[in-house]
Amino acid sequence: MTTELQYTIIDENCEYSLRELCNICKVHAQFVQDLIDEGIISPQGNDPREWRFAAIEVRRIQISIRLQEDLRVNLPGTALALDLLDEIEQLQRSKLRLEQLYALNKKIDRS
Amino acid sequence: MEFKDYYTTLGIDRNATQDEVKRAYRKLARKYHPDINKEATAEGRFKEIGEAYEVLQDVEKRAAYDKFGKDWKAGQDFKPPPNWDNGFEFTGGGYTETDASQFSDFFESLFGAQRKAEARRQSPFTSRHSRYSGKGQDLHAKIVIQLEDSYQGSKQSLTLQRPAVDGSGHVTTRPHTLQVSIPKGITAGQQIRLAGQGAEGIGGGDNGDLFLEVAFAAHNHFVPDNRDILLTLPISPWEAALGATIPVPTLGGTVELKIPPNSQTGKKLRLKGRGLCSTKLSGDQYVTLAIMVPNPLTEADKELYNRMKKAMSFNPRSHLGV
Repeated sequence: MTTELQYTIIDENCEYSLRELCNICKVHAQFVQDLIDEGIISPQGNDPREWRFAAIEVRRIQISIRLQEDLRVNLPGTALALDLLDEIEQLQRSKLRLEQLYALNKKIDRS
Repeated sequence: MEFKDYYTTLGIDRNATQDEVKRAYRKLARKYHPDINKEATAEGRFKEIGEAYEVLQDVEKRAAYDKFGKDWKAGQDFKPPPNWDNGFEFTGGGYTETDASQFSDFFESLFGAQRKAEARRQSPFTSRHSRYSGKGQDLHAKIVIQLEDSYQGSKQSLTLQRPAVDGSGHVTTRPHTLQVSIPKGITAGQQIRLAGQGAEGIGGGDNGDLFLEVAFAAHNHFVPDNRDILLTLPISPWEAALGATIPVPTLGGTVELKIPPNSQTGKKLRLKGRGLCSTKLSGDQYVTLAIMVPNPLTEADKELYNRMKKAMSFNPRSHLGV
């Protein structure tokens, strides 16, 4: 079966209310509150009714759920893992670029 | 069907204690969890580890599996003997929280489809039970695309194994092919959410949603950083010293870039709007210069370097005090 589908892109253009966020991630508001208290996600606005969440927080929530369920990581551990994963991503990028530079040097050496 | 050596999968001896089984599993699960390990093979490995643990953590299942002995090697063609599980009783309680619908045919032939359905929960990037009763599970999958697919926008065909519950309550997987539009300017980590394309709902409940998380295949020259594209551009010493206008590759084709005089390796120049641009947001290409020194190939080349050495007073190590 092949179908053409309707989709939404979860990107920097989107913002969600608490209700929308809970609906997309299939979590209870308390779980979102716990993640906020741990500094894993941070909404704009003061009151929960006014909260706006950047769409990219959806991914952080999903990863949090998976790490907790699959690896039994607790909330502070999840926050630490997410920070370290971000850092690893940065480092991987730098490493990749340095490797490309060394590859260039080798090309010049051979010519 | 291939025989699966669950002990090898977990890297343990056949006489490992239950504690050793658990420790080996936890260590490998951390290592190969697809949220942590970005290798393309991690997800498959994580599932294999989960399946091996599912069997070996349960003393009854392990005893039954051990009946096949050491004579079987991984990958050997395997068919379970009839009534091989006589005398063993598999209770639902012994199941871990791993996603049994993702287990292999080998597992299923031994421990059965019905037992699969008893397992309670799902593994990463496959599916998870909805917390709302009746609604189908959300499915998660990764989609690996080329940078060019994002730059221009494209269409991808994708086949997923979609779990469904059949009439008798068994969980089965069915291949499901989707045509997915990749919108212009999508970036790594962003998700395409396809409402209603997850697992089927139960008892008339809504279908779950499908989340496709975008990742980029490695590119020969370009490194993406969110919306920006990074490129290391080799230039000659005279282009760096005197300035030049030189051609630079971008995802949208070659453009001319003005190198200012007195440029050094590491200097960063921006090509505005040449990154991954969506309809509302734009990214840039950042070009980092890398000066390449030509090897002198002839006597004339060497002479030229010697003339520079005599004519130019240059100590690149002055800041080191030498």
